[in-house]
Amino acid sequence: MRYIEPHGHMVSRTTDDYTAMAMAGCACVCEPAFWAGFDRSSVDGFYDYFCQLTEHEPARAAKFGLPHYTWLCINPKEAEDVKLAEEVIDIIPKFLDKPNVLGIGEIGLNKNSRNELRVFEKHVDLAAKHDQLILIHTPHLEDKLKGTRLIVDALKNDKRIKPERVIIDHVEEHTIKLVLDSGFWAGMTLYPESKCTSARAIDMIDIYGDERLWMNSACDWGVSVPLAVPRTALEMKKRGHSADFIDKMIYQNPLKFLSQTPRFKLP
Amino acid sequence: MTRQQVLDLYFMEARAKLIDIAAFLDRLDRAPGEPDFRLRAFIKAMHELQTEGPNRAEKVLLSLSDHTTEPLAKATVKGATGAYRQ
Repeated sequence: MRYIEPHGHMVSRTTDDYTAMAMAGCACVCEPAFWAGFDRSSVDGFYDYFCQLTEHEPARAAKFGLPHYTWLCINPKEAEDVKLAEEVIDIIPKFLDKPNVLGIGEIGLNKNSRNELRVFEKHVDLAAKHDQLILIHTPHLEDKLKGTRLIVDALKNDKRIKPERVIIDHVEEHTIKLVLDSGFWAGMTLYPESKCTSARAIDMIDIYGDERLWMNSACDWGVSVPLAVPRTALEMKKRGHSADFIDKMIYQNPLKFLSQTPRFKLP
Repeated sequence: MTRQQVLDLYFMEARAKLIDIAAFLDRLDRAPGEPDFRLRAFIKAMHELQTEGPNRAEKVLLSLSDHTTEPLAKATVKGATGAYRQ
């Protein structure tokens, strides 16, 4: 089995996780910029974090034979401070030419506030100006429906944005149709408690098809499972899906989306 | 998969989750104090399980969701509770 982990916050994970992923057939890992679990106090903290994502973490992953890619942004959880967000967005272009940068992400909304939306639109503008792929985080739990609608509306209002170059992540049964019908890619995040389980993700594949859809573990410092994607592949096998179909869902689909940037090259 | 195959693969897991929900409600009943808005939202969402149709999961999620359309004036917290406070 081979798979791509399109969304993993590896700076929060251990070397054992890297070993387990490599042994399970992981071909590469893609790491969106994330909230650290606490608010950073200045733009300098983000500068250091972006250095970690573009220099230090790729070197750590390489020790386990894993190519490491990344996405850059200030996470929506820190977007209420618009001045800080603007300072962070201003330094992102310095990193966009780094060889492992895939685009802007994970941007989006958290509590669906006006400031979060404003900062989201600034990130979208940055991506459009620099012709970057976009990875979008949709809010948690009760906020997801409203946030997904606000995000889709904002993207549709920006005529520079090509839906096929945007993936809207963390979809669930009540948001997946809106995302796919709008022409975007959709990501399903496999979590043991929130977001969706392996069984539900496979249900959504059965219902909505195998196009413009990927699965990820979004493993981070919280309750999450770095091997969620290969575990879901195993469950797909139990449900009678063919090896070719499983390969499409866990390898070929993310490969197709990510290959839209010339920086994404698997050995 | 046939219905029989779905039952064979998932019945025990669903059974365990069903009993967990029952035990959770019993635990709430035994506990002192007043529950917050989440219990009412949970019980309301449970009614969706008995509706007809293939999209019960979507209905449960919609039942627990914020259906307003205007952005909040300000985000005062970072976390979510799992149910929308009416």
